[in-house]
Amino acid sequence: MTNTVNKIMPTAKPFSLSSSRSLNTQAYRFFGWVLPPIFGLFLLVVIWALIAEHTPELPGPIKTWVSAVELFSDPFYDHGINDKGVGWNILASLQRVGLGFGLAALIGIPLGFIIGRFEFVARMTAPVISLLRPVSPLAWLPIGLLVFKAANPAAIWVIFISAVWPMIINTAVGVSKVPQDYMNVAKVLNLSEWKIVTKILFPFVLPYMMTGVRLSIGVAWLVIVAAEMLTGGVGIGFWVWDEWNNLNVEHIIIAIFIVGIVGLLLELMLTQIAKRFSYE
Amino acid sequence: MEKANADKYVQLEHVDMTFNTKKGTFNALKGINLNIKEGEFISIIGHSGCGKSTVLNLIAGLLQPSEGLLFCAGREIAGPGPERAVVFQNHSLLPWLTCFENVYLAVERVFSTETKAQLEARTHAAIELVGLSHSSDKRPNEISGGMKQRVGIARALAMEPKVLLLDEPFGALDALTRANLQDELMKIMAKSGCTAVMVTHDVDEAVLLSDRVVMMTNGPSATIGEILEVKLPRPRARLALAEDQEYNHLRSEVLRFLYERHAKKSA
Ligand SMILES: Nc1ncnc2c1ncn2[C@@H]1O[C@H](COP(=O)(O)OP(=O)(O)OP(=O)(O)O)[C@@H](O)[C@H]1O
Ligand SMILES: [Mg+2]
Repeated sequence: MTNTVNKIMPTAKPFSLSSSRSLNTQAYRFFGWVLPPIFGLFLLVVIWALIAEHTPELPGPIKTWVSAVELFSDPFYDHGINDKGVGWNILASLQRVGLGFGLAALIGIPLGFIIGRFEFVARMTAPVISLLRPVSPLAWLPIGLLVFKAANPAAIWVIFISAVWPMIINTAVGVSKVPQDYMNVAKVLNLSEWKIVTKILFPFVLPYMMTGVRLSIGVAWLVIVAAEMLTGGVGIGFWVWDEWNNLNVEHIIIAIFIVGIVGLLLELMLTQIAKRFSYE
Repeated sequence: MEKANADKYVQLEHVDMTFNTKKGTFNALKGINLNIKEGEFISIIGHSGCGKSTVLNLIAGLLQPSEGLLFCAGREIAGPGPERAVVFQNHSLLPWLTCFENVYLAVERVFSTETKAQLEARTHAAIELVGLSHSSDKRPNEISGGMKQRVGIARALAMEPKVLLLDEPFGALDALTRANLQDELMKIMAKSGCTAVMVTHDVDEAVLLSDRVVMMTNGPSATIGEILEVKLPRPRARLALAEDQEYNHLRSEVLRFLYERHAKKSA
C-alpha cells in the first residue's frame, strides 16, 4: 500500500507545479512575443490612416479593407487574358518564380560545389561572378526578350539570373569552409570522391546552401514584380501596373500587402525546410 | 628499396620538414631518424609546437617530407593508406553520422570486397571492442568526450591497420577517463599486436604505455633528443607501477629531459 502511495505522490506534485509554471510562461510568451508585433502592425495602420486623412488620393485602411473583401470574394474569375482574378495573378507569378528559381538551384548548387572544391575553377570563375553579380536583374530582361522572343521565358530568365548568385556563392563558401580535419579523415580513410561529396561535403554544406536558397527566393520574389510590370501578361506585377492605369489605388495597396505576405510565407517555408535538414 | 625487416617496420630517414608560410619558410623538423619495430609501441613526447603532430602526419602520409624518406613495411610512404590508421587529436568524427555509420565508413572502404552483412559485423565488433555497443546509434554530439575518442579508436581499429597512429588521443579528457582508456588501449594493443605510434605530452602516459619513449627537442628545427627504452614487463598495472622503482626512474628521466635540458623558454 505505502508503495503505491509513494509512486503516485511524486508525480502528482510536480504536475500541479508545472501546470502553474506553464501558465506563467504562456503569459510571458503572450506579452513578450505576440503583443509587440501586433502593436507594430497596429501602429502601421494608424500612421497609414493619418496620412490618408490628409491625402485625398490615398485610400485609408477601411476603404482598402472593404475593397480587399470584395476582391477576395472571387479571386479566380476569368474574363479573358487581361482581366483575371487576383488568385490567377498570384499563381502565375509563383509559377514563374518557381521555374526560374528551380533552374537556378539546379545549376547554381552543383556549380557552387565545383567552385568550392577546385581552386582552379574558383579562380577562373571569380572575375566573371564579381563582374556579373552586381548587375541589376532587370538589366538582363532585354537580353532575355531578345533571345527567347517571348515575355514569359524572359521573365523566368530574369528570375533565374537574380536567384543563381546567392546559391552559387553560399554553396561555394560552405564547401571552402569544410574543416581540414574532415578532409584529413577523408584522406586517411581513402574515401572516393563520391563518398567525400555525399558523406562529408554535402551534409556540411547543407546549412550554407539553405541560406543561399533562402536569399535567392527573397530576391526572386522581389524581382518578379518589377519584371512583370515590364513584360505584361498575367502576374501580380502586371496586375499592379494594370490597376495603376485604372487608377485603382486600393488595389495597388492590396497588391503591396499580397506581395509582402507571399514573400513572408515563402521565407517561412524555406526556414522550416532548412531546420529539418540541419544535423545539430 | 629496402627489404621489409621486423626491426625496421616503420623507418624515418633524415626527414626534414619545412613549411611555406606567409612569413617565409619555417623549418619545423630537421634530421629525424627513427626505426620502429613491428608490434612496438612508441610514444613521441615534447613541448607544444615542437612538431609531434607533424611527425605523425608524415607517417600517416598526410604530409610529404621536404627532405628524407619514410618507409612502412619496406615500402616508401607516398600517401595515406589503410595499413596506417589515425586516431585524431580531436576525434574528428563526422557529426551528421551515428557512431556506427562513422565506423562503417572506414570499414566499407578497406574491405570493399565483403558483403554488407560482413561489413556490419566488423563495425559491430569494433564498437563492441571499445565497449560502446549501447550507443552505436547515437550521434557524436549525444555522447561524452571519452566516448567520442573511443569511437575514434574503434574507427581506426576496424580498418585492421598494421600501424596505429594516435595524436594525443586522450589529451582532451579528464584524468579518470583518461586512465580508463589507457588501460583499455593497452589491452586492445596486446590483443591486436599492431604497431603503434602515439603523440602525447603526458609523461605518465608515455612511460606506462610505451616500449620506447621518443623525446623531441624544441622547435624550430626540432629533432629527436633522446630515446628511452621502457623495459617494464607487460601486462602493466597502473597501481603496482606507481611504487615501482624502475618506473619512477624512467618517469624522472623524461621529466628531466623536458624540464631541465630542453625546458621551454617562457614565451
Ligand atoms: N601546415 C602548416 N603550415 C605552417 N606551419 C605549420 C603547419 N603545421 C605545423 N606548423 C608549424 O610546425 C610546428 C610544429 O607543429 P605541430 O602541430 O607538429 O606541433 P605539435 O608538437 O603537435 O604541437 P601540440 O602539442 O601543440 O599539438 C609549429 O610551430 C607549427 O606552427
Ligand atoms: Mg599536435
